Amino acid sequence: MSKTVLELQEITKSFSGTPVLNGISLKAEQGEFITLLGSSGCGKTTTLRIIAGLETPDSGRVLLSGKDMTDTEPNKRDVNTVFQNYALFPHMNVEQNIGYSLKIRKRPKTEIRGEVQKMLSLVQLTGYEKRMPSELSGGQRQRVAIARSLINRPQLLLLDEPLGALDLQLRRQMQQELKRLQKKLGITFIYITHDQEEALNMSDRIAVMMDGRFQQLGTPSEVYDSPKTAYVARFVGSANIVYGAVECVEGELVRFTSTDGSGVFHCRGNRFEPGRPVTLAVRGEQAVLTKEFEKGSRGLFGTVKEKSFAGGMLRIAVSLHNDLEFICSRHGIDSELVPGDRVRISWEPQNACPVDLDGEERI
Amino acid sequence: MKNRTKLPNVYLGVLLFLMYVPIFLVILYSFNESKLSSVWSGFSLKWYTELFRDRAIFEALGNTLILGVISSLSAGVIGTLGAFGMTKVNFKTKSAVEYVSTLPIMIPEIILGMVFMAFFSLLGLPFGMTTLILAHTAFCIPYVYMLVKARLVGMDKSLAEAALDLGASPLRVFFDITLPLLLPAIVSGMLLAFAMSIDDVIISVFVTGVNTNTLPLKIYTQLKTGVTPKINALCTLMFAATLLLCGFAAFLGRTPKHKKQEPESGRAGR
Amino acid sequence: MSGNREKKKRRLRGEALTVLPLYVFTLLFVLGPIVYMIVLSFLTRAETWGVLPEFTLQNYKNIAEPVYLETFWESIKLALTSTVLVILIGYPFGYFMAKLTAKWKKRTMMLLMIPFWTSSLIRLYGWIIIFRAGGILDKLLMALHVTEKSVKILYTYPAVVVGMVYALLPFMIFAVYSSAEKLDFSLVEAARDLGASPMKAFLTVSLKLTLPGLLSGVVLTFVPSMGLFFIADILGGNKVVLVGNLIQEQLMKTHNWPFAAALSVALLALTSLFMFLYRKLSGVKDLEGLV
Repeated sequence: MSKTVLELQEITKSFSGTPVLNGISLKAEQGEFITLLGSSGCGKTTTLRIIAGLETPDSGRVLLSGKDMTDTEPNKRDVNTVFQNYALFPHMNVEQNIGYSLKIRKRPKTEIRGEVQKMLSLVQLTGYEKRMPSELSGGQRQRVAIARSLINRPQLLLLDEPLGALDLQLRRQMQQELKRLQKKLGITFIYITHDQEEALNMSDRIAVMMDGRFQQLGTPSEVYDSPKTAYVARFVGSANIVYGAVECVEGELVRFTSTDGSGVFHCRGNRFEPGRPVTLAVRGEQAVLTKEFEKGSRGLFGTVKEKSFAGGMLRIAVSLHNDLEFICSRHGIDSELVPGDRVRISWEPQNACPVDLDGEERI
Repeated sequence: MKNRTKLPNVYLGVLLFLMYVPIFLVILYSFNESKLSSVWSGFSLKWYTELFRDRAIFEALGNTLILGVISSLSAGVIGTLGAFGMTKVNFKTKSAVEYVSTLPIMIPEIILGMVFMAFFSLLGLPFGMTTLILAHTAFCIPYVYMLVKARLVGMDKSLAEAALDLGASPLRVFFDITLPLLLPAIVSGMLLAFAMSIDDVIISVFVTGVNTNTLPLKIYTQLKTGVTPKINALCTLMFAATLLLCGFAAFLGRTPKHKKQEPESGRAGR
Repeated sequence: MSGNREKKKRRLRGEALTVLPLYVFTLLFVLGPIVYMIVLSFLTRAETWGVLPEFTLQNYKNIAEPVYLETFWESIKLALTSTVLVILIGYPFGYFMAKLTAKWKKRTMMLLMIPFWTSSLIRLYGWIIIFRAGGILDKLLMALHVTEKSVKILYTYPAVVVGMVYALLPFMIFAVYSSAEKLDFSLVEAARDLGASPMKAFLTVSLKLTLPGLLSGVVLTFVPSMGLFFIADILGGNKVVLVGNLIQEQLMKTHNWPFAAALSVALLALTSLFMFLYRKLSGVKDLEGLV
């Protein structure tokens, strides 16, 4: 039933000697919403531009609906892009902007007008056809840009941080609207963002990028709950990273020790051998802090450094050895802990996820 | 506080007034009955009627306009294409050629005049309209080139990319997107070039032929040998034309809606 | 991959086509003539008319003659005098203009553009009317009892200076204005707030930040003023002889082209040196206010 709309095979690209993409591979099915998530400079925009044809990869292939389009010019690809700054043509009104690609294809005027009307009602901008882009608000421009790139019914729509310039409230609203549009039209979206919340909210699959590589490609829950690398754990789940060495394996539970104490985690199907180093990701809200603890109990030990309140959560920073910090968060404002308290950090074994160190320097 | 802010405005006003004094005097004496500009002997329009009988002056005017139009148009084409192309190509000679092409307005005009005179006679070109057009085009190009280049630098690259992405061929992108957005710069570059061309004396002196006169050359000769108020009348009419042109330019330049693009919402932050 | 290269080549060829006219024209009608001028300056003048293809340094030796050196010195002096006056008059104008409200900025700009667009000869002619014996200036001064006789200012050095300043003033104003317009005047206020005297605030903030405009204005005044021979011609009679007049004379009257070429090369070298200094000083490549 579903067919592959886009396939990237081992794409590499460098700009004046600096590698930007180091072998990116990706398959996107029809109707899928895939997000490329990463901080700026990770290569996500370059990936998008290669798919659009605005850049040529140094090596690797771009297949669109199974056809090799690596060397095809952007104007001959069935792919459209929503640019980061919208790139609306300032000298054309809304109608001319949206109808531009049909005009190029020499469609009759009445047909163009009809299509433009359809698109306008789709993005809820009916009645704005004669406005100039400069007379629109940020959110309206955004809609025009989307309408303009959807009018051709491309198989694939590329969106480069389309909501980056909008304020938080409008962002939330547009997120839902975009998702609705995508479901309705059944078009594959490749979406770029550096906002993990946005990615988790909207995507079918997320590709977390760093240094021109995919760190992990998976569903939002895979990426969030079972991060593969320390970077993904930090970037997507704001998790704490704990470094240690395996002490012993007891069935599916693994005990480890570190300079700050010891703990237990679930092996999640991996094999661990005593004595080998291990890196764990523990999300702040899943860690438990206790003030009274018995001597010799398991857990990491540290000193409360500071408390702060943000986003409905109380953040408690605990300092460990080697200038490391462990951030716990919990609901509510109340906590009897004060800076300077010695505390024990512990967690349920299944909440600590072993990750690769890939790309992250051990401090 | 108020007094302190007034003084500069007085300065601006006085200086502007002084700039207009010579021009107003020329206009005033065009209505003088007497032939001498030192005496005022009553209002008259006779110099205007005499002016309109002078065929040589109108021939010179025609030459000046033809020269200005052709030079600024060719400069418009060469300069615009050049400025656009230079952003695309990556030749080693690029910056050198760019530098040389703007030399005509960087070096004293007299050198340019001398150089053209020598070079054209080396080539054996007949001095006249052809040589005038070549020389004027040379110093018109930099105006268009520099203005268009400045505009290109400030232009959002993603606009052209968006058009390409929507299916326009590179040629189509140029005509649909790039050219319309460059138009204000091209027009003002060409207007500037045109103004320089119709006002040029120095270069024209050297490259014109015996039988080709331009208006500035004619006025120049007369100023050296002896002026009749006919020239005043002519100057008055030219000034009126300038005023009309300026008014027209101001009317055109009244920022059309699309020119004030992207006012409030900033670019997407990264 | 070969298809890729093929296409890139084709695209490049299309792009190269757009710069072709500029390349051809520049090489043929700008570089060509300049190179020829340099060559010409090393050739020998023929007995009666024309040029002999024999190498000589005589033309440059001629420049060193006191008469011609004097002319060069005169030109530089006049250019410097004009430039200094243009700075003194034009800088405050451009600076004050940048402080006006948007509406008045536009109006002032318009008022500046009109004379700028008016034929420079017409404006020179106006000065003749003012300066000539029994002209407006004489009448005015006599009416005010400043003088009894005609001051006879036409065909003197001061008349030429006035003409130069008048012709070149707009360039300085535009250059300074475009630079001062970008100036954030709250910086001046901040400096005042921090205890700087008005003078000190001006020198440390305003002047420093408008320096690029000022320097570019200096270039735009100094360089052309070396060659504006017709102003000296019309307002100075034959009393003021500049390098420009000399070149013109050598070309049109004496027909000593190699010498005219040598003079031009010397003038070019002088102005290039000036431009070089400008770039060194300001670190800017393009002239401000020209565009």
